[in-house]
Amino acid sequence: MPDLKVELRQDRPIPLDTAFTCAPGEILALVGPSGSGKSTILRAIAGLNRPAQGRVSVGDDVWFDTTAGVSVPPYRRAAGFVFQSYALFPHMTAEANIAAALDHLPAAERRARAHELLAMVHLDGLEARRPAELSGGQQQRVAVARALARDPKVLLLDEPFSAVDRATRKRLYREIAELRRSLDMPVILVTHDLDEAVMLGDRIAVLHRGRVLQTGTPEEITNRPVSPEVARLVDLRNVFEGTVAGHDETAGHSEIDWAGRRLVAAYRAFDVGAAVSWVVPDGFVVLHRRDRPSRGEHENPVSGVVAGLLVIGQTAHVTMNIDGSEDLPLQFSVPAHVARRNGLSEEAAISVSLLAEGIHLMPSGDPAG
Amino acid sequence: MDWIAFWLSLRLGFFTVLLLLPVGIVVGRLLAYRQFPGKGIAEALVALPLVLPPTVLGYYLLVSFGAASPVGKIWDAVFGGQLVFTFEGLLVASMIVNLPFAIQPMQRAFEAIPVEVREAAACSGMSPLKALGRIEIPLAWPGIATAMVLSFAHTLGEFGVVLMVGGAIPGETRTIAIAIYDRVQAFDEQSAAQMSALLLALSLGTIALTIGLSRRVGRRLS
Repeated sequence: MPDLKVELRQDRPIPLDTAFTCAPGEILALVGPSGSGKSTILRAIAGLNRPAQGRVSVGDDVWFDTTAGVSVPPYRRAAGFVFQSYALFPHMTAEANIAAALDHLPAAERRARAHELLAMVHLDGLEARRPAELSGGQQQRVAVARALARDPKVLLLDEPFSAVDRATRKRLYREIAELRRSLDMPVILVTHDLDEAVMLGDRIAVLHRGRVLQTGTPEEITNRPVSPEVARLVDLRNVFEGTVAGHDETAGHSEIDWAGRRLVAAYRAFDVGAAVSWVVPDGFVVLHRRDRPSRGEHENPVSGVVAGLLVIGQTAHVTMNIDGSEDLPLQFSVPAHVARRNGLSEEAAISVSLLAEGIHLMPSGDPAG
Repeated sequence: MDWIAFWLSLRLGFFTVLLLLPVGIVVGRLLAYRQFPGKGIAEALVALPLVLPPTVLGYYLLVSFGAASPVGKIWDAVFGGQLVFTFEGLLVASMIVNLPFAIQPMQRAFEAIPVEVREAAACSGMSPLKALGRIEIPLAWPGIATAMVLSFAHTLGEFGVVLMVGGAIPGETRTIAIAIYDRVQAFDEQSAAQMSALLLALSLGTIALTIGLSRRVGRRLS
């Protein structure tokens, strides 16, 4: 199976200026807020809309090329598409829905292949049901089976988990993760849910106003955003401004001055004295035990008071006002039992460590807080 | 009971529906899916026969179908003979009068198909023609059937336009609605009553069928 290569540009109705590739067997998750153009990109790959300029190709198959005047209609593009609403054919049974995408096979083989696909998505025995007689999760699986029925060269998933309940969604995540081992085509997943992208994507492309701001592994995107803008788009809340104070390349450290403190951060080659933005993801903020006072051995210690405490389920979300810098709230989460054991409450004095390996420096952007 | 007139009406209804079926599907689908300049005018023209007095419409058709008119001349050149006061002329007039009854229910039925379902058909490898036959027509079928039933029933009852364009030539242009009028004029109340009762029963049946089919549009798409 060849790579999918996509380059798209347009000004209206949704601006696009993007280029990316997706390798066979890879899941590339497109994430971004509403209106960022992620669904438009997916629809352009399928041929459901035509951007002003661009090129879409899978290996030697050119589906769209404005320079060469090529625009293959959607029914001739071997792209499997799973719609957000599933868009099953309501007058057909589950089996007929899948068989409807099997025209490339001889008529005698379609039924057997439809049954194979139904078995693959764990729907054996439900072939005679119509979409209205299936649950949301079952409908989604029929939609996936139908998309795979064409033997597509590309699989396109448009928010495929947004219309089912949480429990079903978790089950479907597991099934997709299992299914993907047998998929050998490029897969593009559009989602507004970063957790979903992190869980299922091999790579994530963060989109904003039709442009890919960063492409990387889930770990890179969530821990090392390229800009404060990406950091905010992937919901990293602790984005601050500082100044580079020095480097220790052998130890792999940079030092920054921030709010009257010096912090050790992961090394990045910025000029000393340069203004930078920096971010520390939730997982790199460690709460000190309140019954064991610091003897100065902590890494990047920061003290303050609890300005907000919100317990949701088993997680306590803490907003901490840093001593001497009340306008710089630091946010982090701890398990609810840790919050209880440490007697966390509003106005309680606490201290945390900002782990150096998690402090990521970026070119300076707009101050975020 | 004028069985010749009744048979003529059935024949007129049958051919009107037969010829309007493809027109309704093509135009109804076009108006449902496409945006184009002048769409509002096109929709207004389709709806015009609903509000125009039948005699006014009949007058204009009579004038435009006349032997001296361009349409009349073309008809004469292609088929020979004249269009007015013939069954063929009546059929063309009947099609024009029934445009809103044929197109509007089909347009609504095509509009009710979610756009994603049509896109899914394309993404499943179906050409537009295949998608029309396998997805769109089956889903819009109750609306299409409603359009056919309404056009047929309306043709049976049409009076003003038929009289203007066709006159009342027995076996050629005298439909059952005109035959009822003739019978009343001739004080043959028994025949008029029988034919009226027949049309009443047909109309009630039509309404029942139309309501039943309209409910199915919703059910099919749920």
